[in-house]
Order: sequence, then structure tokens, then C-alpha cells
Amino acid sequence: MTEPSRQDRQELHRRFEAVWSNWPGLGTLAAVNHTSIGLRFMVTGVFFFLVGGVLAMLARTQLALPEQDILSPEIYNQVFTMHGTVMMFLFAIPVLEGLALYMIPKLIGARDLVFPRISSLGYYCYLFGGLIILSSLFLGMAPDSGWFMYTPLSSAEYAPGPGSDFWLLGITFVEISAMAAGIELTVSILRSRAPGMSLRHMPIFCWYILAMALMIVFGFPPLILASVLLELERAAGIPFFAVGGGGDPILWQHLFWLFGHPEVYIIFLPAAAIVSTLIPVFSQRPIIGYRWLVLAIILTGFISFGLWVHHMFTVGIPKLAQAFFSVASMIVAIPTAIQVFAWLATLWTGRVVFRLPMLWIFGFLFIFVCGGLTGVMLALVPFNWQVHDTHFVVAHLHYVVVGGMLFPLIAGFYYWLPHFSGRMPTPVLGAWGFWLTFLGFNATFLLMHLTGLLGMPRRVYTYEAGLGWDWLNLLSSVGGFVMAAGIAMVLLDVVLHFRFGRPAGRNPWNADTLEWATGTPPTSYNFASLPDLPTRHPLWESPQLMDSIPEGRHRLTSIDHGRRETFGTDAVTGRLKEVIHLPSNSWWPLLAACSLAVVCVSLLIRMYPLALVGLAGAAVFLLRWSWENGAHPGAAPFTGPETDDPPLHSRTCDGPGLWGMWVTMMANGTLFLSLIFGWLYSWTAAPEWQVPADSHVSIGLLLASGALLTVVTLGYDRLVTALCRGRAEGLFGRLAGLLVLAVAHWLLLLLAVLGSDLDVTAYAHDGLILVMLLYLLFHSSLATVLLGLQLTRVRLGYIGTELPYEPVVLRPFWLYLLAVFWISLGIFFWLPLAWVGGS
Amino acid sequence: MLWWGMAGAFTLVWIFMVVLWLVAVRRDPGEVDDAAAERLQTRWIVGGGLVLPLVAIIAILIPGIPIGHGMLPTADDDVLKIEVTGHQWWWEVHYPDTGLTLEDEVHMPAGVPVHIHLRSADVIHSFWVPRLAGKLDAIPGHENVLKLEADEPGSYRGACAEFCGALHAHMGFVVHVHTVNDFEAWLEGAAEDD
Repeated sequence: MTEPSRQDRQELHRRFEAVWSNWPGLGTLAAVNHTSIGLRFMVTGVFFFLVGGVLAMLARTQLALPEQDILSPEIYNQVFTMHGTVMMFLFAIPVLEGLALYMIPKLIGARDLVFPRISSLGYYCYLFGGLIILSSLFLGMAPDSGWFMYTPLSSAEYAPGPGSDFWLLGITFVEISAMAAGIELTVSILRSRAPGMSLRHMPIFCWYILAMALMIVFGFPPLILASVLLELERAAGIPFFAVGGGGDPILWQHLFWLFGHPEVYIIFLPAAAIVSTLIPVFSQRPIIGYRWLVLAIILTGFISFGLWVHHMFTVGIPKLAQAFFSVASMIVAIPTAIQVFAWLATLWTGRVVFRLPMLWIFGFLFIFVCGGLTGVMLALVPFNWQVHDTHFVVAHLHYVVVGGMLFPLIAGFYYWLPHFSGRMPTPVLGAWGFWLTFLGFNATFLLMHLTGLLGMPRRVYTYEAGLGWDWLNLLSSVGGFVMAAGIAMVLLDVVLHFRFGRPAGRNPWNADTLEWATGTPPTSYNFASLPDLPTRHPLWESPQLMDSIPEGRHRLTSIDHGRRETFGTDAVTGRLKEVIHLPSNSWWPLLAACSLAVVCVSLLIRMYPLALVGLAGAAVFLLRWSWENGAHPGAAPFTGPETDDPPLHSRTCDGPGLWGMWVTMMANGTLFLSLIFGWLYSWTAAPEWQVPADSHVSIGLLLASGALLTVVTLGYDRLVTALCRGRAEGLFGRLAGLLVLAVAHWLLLLLAVLGSDLDVTAYAHDGLILVMLLYLLFHSSLATVLLGLQLTRVRLGYIGTELPYEPVVLRPFWLYLLAVFWISLGIFFWLPLAWVGGS
Repeated sequence: MLWWGMAGAFTLVWIFMVVLWLVAVRRDPGEVDDAAAERLQTRWIVGGGLVLPLVAIIAILIPGIPIGHGMLPTADDDVLKIEVTGHQWWWEVHYPDTGLTLEDEVHMPAGVPVHIHLRSADVIHSFWVPRLAGKLDAIPGHENVLKLEADEPGSYRGACAEFCGALHAHMGFVVHVHTVNDFEAWLEGAAEDD
């Protein structure tokens, strides 16, 4: 490298750093950068992993010998419930989201995710929600109904303390972060890839994360709905799951596992992404069967939504349904086997460099294949009847999630450790850590299969001596502690490497993907210039990118405007479409998350007025956040005719915000469909379903409100279409007219809700109608407020023919409201009439 | 035994995969050109990814489906009916024909199927006698029917398999299986005592 180019490079770095770096000191809490947020997610996740691990050690201590009373049954039940909850919701999902948030922009040649402030909001919701849940343990009032919270055991009658509330409110709070990550990862992968990176040029890691993100979008809403309904039942006495009022406890199980089974694949897919990334690098050849893998990923995503009933084979569901879900559960072995054999074929044809991460990949294969095979066995219904809810299932699920998630994750941590820190791990300590963890794990759980086959149920706090379970449990406990020692060794290794690890240099594993061109450790902006990337293996095909990118020899190098920018491209072809300008450091996410934490805590302690204050605070902060967009002086102010090519995204009619809105409405629609499912399920299957004779909702008011809504939405749709064609005559006046109609629609809906006569504490029927009405009212209020804000922004000159973007983003929300409004009226009011009338 | 066949075959598959992995990591492939890699891809992925799991699935479904079917209760009116209700944390066992009610013990004849009608008085429980049958849940508001059949007289341990609160671990019960004649005698004697 010549002297001038090094100077240029440092000058460029200095100017980019000035725009992209986090604020110093406490200001770092306002960071929105994906590298910072991703690392925070991962570090917090590891902390919760250690908490969950300590809980597991407590449980294994209690079970080491028969008839021990180290833990009382009350404490033991809290311990195992919290172990499952912490590991699933506070470790596995967030830590993988963190890895995805950290990696994705670096792999697709972008400078940040497309919604940086949402990354930050997601992190704080996770952190605060996690701490609220954890606090219950120290207050001695942790949830104790098991991590899947079956009703009625978790209901107010059988769990009167606040334990279940901690779970329901805390988990729902944490799920905001999962939804945030799901939405922004989907849009980032689809819309901010480097120019030329068509879908078939995406590194395989991105395919996995895209599938995971979409599965979050469709998988989490059923649980969010279920949690809201159960919390309403506990706090307000609405009998959604109580038989006496026409509810059904089985509805909870359906909604929970509608989420719960995809969730297993939500944590397996990113782990498989790590495996699929590492194996080619250590084999030094491209992965075999890229297209097969993509197919397998998509198949896994679809099939995993059709398996949930296999958690419920002993509930007494119809025979045909059991057969269907049994076969579906076995079929999912096919995409998994495709992946395993693609990995094996890659190793077979490559010259393998056996380094520390590969040891963990070996552990993964060994354990996960076994877990997969026991999974096929469990899908066989008669076998399932025998071992369901025994320690066999405990062993199976740990083989799947520890083998399928923890081992690849640690492999990934070791692989990217030089990327995080710039230093290499030490081989000796690392190998000790692996072997202790691996042997300890198998000692604990391989034997546990047998314990289950010998008839030991799960979730017992103790057991009688002499049933043949004694030695097995003792060895399992010893194995558990060996595994803990292994994990401690890994942690020690990681801590020591910061001081003693040798400097990694650039691209220490000779990898093919672009994250190694962001520097070790990475710069805040990832890439000083953005290259075209029509390839899956940029660093193998063009190693010179390592220099040409930081030297600014590619595109989008202007930074004097002080804006954070990255490229927006076509979702399929990767054709360059626009320059996405991104927000920089912001306090709004933290303030909004704090307000939501106030809501969460005040609902817990049942101080409802305070919850309203928190809710108002959150609304104000979120709307204030949305204000700093588009042509606002804090974003990308409009300074007269712009001739940039490509244009800024806020000057177009198709930017990431529109995609974000659509993906959010897909998630929202899933929530709504879950509610419809609950309604139809209760009608047809709840054992004591009753339709009260004297309930009343004014259909007239609803029809009038719906008519106005239709007029507003169609008018708004035409107005936006005209705006995108460059016509904005009388924009302000027309928008003001629509706002008046929208307010009238909202008032009529409000009147209908306030005037309704529903006996919600007596009938699940009325409770479900109330939830539907409140759902509509919430959306109607938000849509109206947003329309009002748009009107103000027209006045301020943030919206116009040159700036048509924001009304375009809002349009799907109105269309969505229109759709759910009429569908709700049809399914909640017209369908029952037709049904009863027809029978 | 289906179970031993399945466990044995799957253990072999497991060992095969691990050995394959070890060989794949250690061997020197020499130069593999793209065409060779393509052929290998098709062979491995179709063979291992499609054929292997499909064969395994069919192999366990063929015996598995009839076995599962045979475990379901048949609509047969002559079968002895026992009503079992789960409570936190004990089992109420009721014989509707004689009006007899027991706690945490079930008596039944050997060699003939018995139908257990399961209900719950509070939370979800699960009725499980490991050596006699699979488990079935007792759910508030629902009634499930479990077919129980014992070949040999004797005493069999049972437990609640669905977590049901603080004393879930202590919700055990015993099934006493008598010969048909002994069972008739027991039933008469117990009815007189009642």
C-alpha cells in the first residue's frame, strides 16, 4: 500500500467515524448502531444463560438423590419454570437475534439495519422485560406453573400470587424485541443488500435469518394474544380459558404451541446458519447443495407451523388429527436430513482445517442427530403416549436445543471472537471447555432417556428410592456439574483471550464472507465505500476488497452532509434503487421502553392509573420519534430540486418504511387471525360455550362507523396514488376533509364500544367480542392520530409531490384497518346469525 | 417389539452418521472438480436427505399405525367402565355400576379391556400406568376415555404425568389387577363393605 492511500484511508475513516460513532459516556445508551446493539443483545443473553444454568444446577442438586428436601416443592416448581422460561425467552431467542442483528448488514454489504432505532427499542424492551421477570425470583414470587403455563394451573384460582402475571406481562414485553428484530431483519435482508446481490447471491446465512425473521413475524403473535387473554382473565375475570364461563383450557394449549413449535425452529435455523457458514470456511470450499439448503430452509419454515399438535397427543384429540400431525412431524426430518447431508458432503469434498470452532460443530452433529432421531420416535403416537411428559422428553428436548442451538452458537462465538475483539482464542483452554461440556452433557441427558423409559415423569421435585431411577439421576447430576465446569472454562477462555489472545490480523480463518472486510474489531460504519457484490463468496473471489473498501474506491463515499446512508436495492434482483438515509443516535427508544416498563410494572402491582400514564408516555415518545423522519431537519431536509441518482428513499414511493409497514401488518394480521381462531374454536369446541341472550352491541353504530371508514380509506388511497403520480392539488384541504371523516368514524366506534352491554365476566363469548372491539378501537385511534400528524407535516412542507413517501407508508395501515373492521363484523356478528339461523 | 427395533435401527443410523463425519473430516479428497461435486451433491442429498428419512418414516409407520389404533378404546358397551377424576393431588376412582368409590387405587380384572373415563375437578392431570398403557390427560370440562388392559394379575404403579402444582410428585396411585373371578369377588365384598 502506498503512503498517500493510507493517509486517505485514515482521513476517510475519521470523517465517517464522526457521523457514525455512538455518543461518548452515558450517551452510549442512545446508540442505535447494529454492531453495538447486537453485542449488547449477546452479552445480556449470556448473562441470562448463566442465570438459567444456575437454576438447572439447583434442580439437578435436588434430584441427585431420592427423597431429598433441599428445595421445597414450591421453590423447585419456581426453579424449573424459570429455568425453561429464562433459557427459551431470555437466552436462546435474544442471543440469536443479537447475532443476526450484528451480522446481517456486514454480510450483505450494508452500513446498518434499515430501522436502527427499532433495534435500540427492541434491546431495551428485552433488557427491562428480562429484569422484571428475573426480579420475581428474588422476590420469591416467580411463576411456578411450568414454562408453557397451562391453564387452569396458571389461572387466578390455582395460581393466586403474582407469579403468572410476571410471566405473562414480562414475556409479552420481551416479545416486543423479538417482533422488532423479526420485522427489521426481514426488511433489511430484502431491501438493503449490496447492489448486484440478487437472492441467489445471498450468503446462506442470510437465507436462514430471513426464514427465522419471517417465522418470528408469524409465530409470535399467537402467544402474544394468548398472554393478553390470560392476563385479562387473571386481572379482570374474563373467562377465556375457564370452562364455567364458556372458555376452554385447551385453547391456551393450541395458541401456545402454535407459537411454541415454530419457536424451536426459530432457534434452530440461526444455529444451522452458523453451521452452514463455518463448515465451508473450514473445508475451504463453497457449500455443497446451496439450492437444496435454501429449499430445506423454506420447507422447514412452512412445515414447522403444521406440527404444533404433536405437543398435545395426550389431550384426547381426534384420531385423524393425531395421524396428520404425526406424519407432519416426521416429514420435518426430511429438510433436516437434507441439511445434514449437505454439510457432510461439503466436508467430504473439502480439505478440512480442524480448528476449535470445528470441535463444537462436531459436538453439534453428534448431539443433534441423536435428538432428531428421538424426535422421529416421539412423533409416533403410541410411543408418544408412553413417554410424553417423562424424562425421555426432557432428554430429547435438551438434545435438540442444546445440541441444535448451544453448540453451534459457541462454535460461532469462537469463530467470530476475532471479529468482536481482534484477538484469537487459545486452543488448549478452549479444547478443555469443549470436552467437559460435551461429556458432561451426554452423561446428563443420554442417561435421562433411560430414566424416562423407566417411568419417571418430568417436573417432579422428588422421587421414591428403589424404582431403578436412583443411579441414573445421580449420574445425570454429576454430568450436569461437569458440563457447568466446561461452560466455566469457555467463559474463562473468552475473558483471558482479551488479554492474552494473539492479535487476529485480517480474516484469520480465510473466510469468504464480507464481515471480515469491516475490520477486526469492526468500524461503526462497516464499509467506507459500498461495492457491487454479485457473488456469494466476495472475499474468495476478490480478496482485494479488503483494501479497496476502506480506501473508498467504491460507491457512496460522500459523508459531508452528515447523514448516515446505505444503499436500498430491489428485493429480488438486487438492482440499485435508492439511497436509504438512516437516523443516528436517539434517546426516543430508551424513553419509550422506559414508559413501557412503567406500564408493565404498574399492571403487575395493579396500579392501573399509573399504567395509563405510562401508556400515554410511550405514545408521546413513539410519535415524537416518528416525527424525525423524511424531510424533518433532523433527518434529510428538502433543500430545493434534487437530482441525485439514485434518489433518497424519502423522495420515492417505495422505501424500507413501506416494507416495514407491510411486514408489521402481516404480524398484526396473524394476531388478528389468532383472535378469530380463538372465537371459532370456542364456538365449536368449548365444552360449556354459551351465547348470552341479553348482550347487546349496536350494529347500527358499527355499520355507520364502517361506512365512514370505507370512505376515508378509499379517499386516502386515491389521494396517495395521485401524489405518487406527482399530483398534489389541494392536498391539505383534501387531507383535512378525510381527517374530519376519520374522527367521525372513530367517534361512532367509540360510542359503539361505550354503549355496548356485555357481561364479560360471565361469558367468554362477550369477552372475545370486547377484545375484538378494543382491537378495532386501538387501530382506529392510531390511524386517526397518524392522519392528523400527516396533515401537520403537509403544512410544514415535509410532504408534497417531491416528498410523497410518508402517506405511502401509512396507506397499508388504513387498508388493514378497513379489512379487519369488516372481517370482524362478518365473523363476530353475521356468521353466528347465519349459523344459528341455518341450524 | 417395535420399540427395540426402532431404538436399535436408530442407534445404527446415529453411529453411521458420526463415523461418516469423522471420515469426511479426516480424508484427503484430492482435487474435486465442479462436475464431481455436483454428482456427489445429488447422490448424497437425494440418498441421505430424501431416501433415508422416507424409508425410516415408512418403516416405523407401517407397524406403528395399527399399534396406535389398537390402543384406542372401541365402542363396546360390555366393557367395564371406571370413572377416574383427578384432584389436586389425589385420584377419585368410581365404579358407576356398583356405586363404589375409592381413593388412589384402581381394581380391575386381568385379560379384558377396561375403559377409564377421565375427568378433572380442578387443573389438568394425566393418568399414567407405565406398564399397562400410554397416558391420557384429565382436563376440566372434558371427558377422555383410556383403554387399559393387563395380561397378568398383580399391582402396578401409576402416577400423574401432567404437572399439576405443588404436590404433583406425590400424586401416585396403584392399579390392582385380579383374575376375573377374584375381581368379581372383590367387587361384591367391597360393595358390601361400602
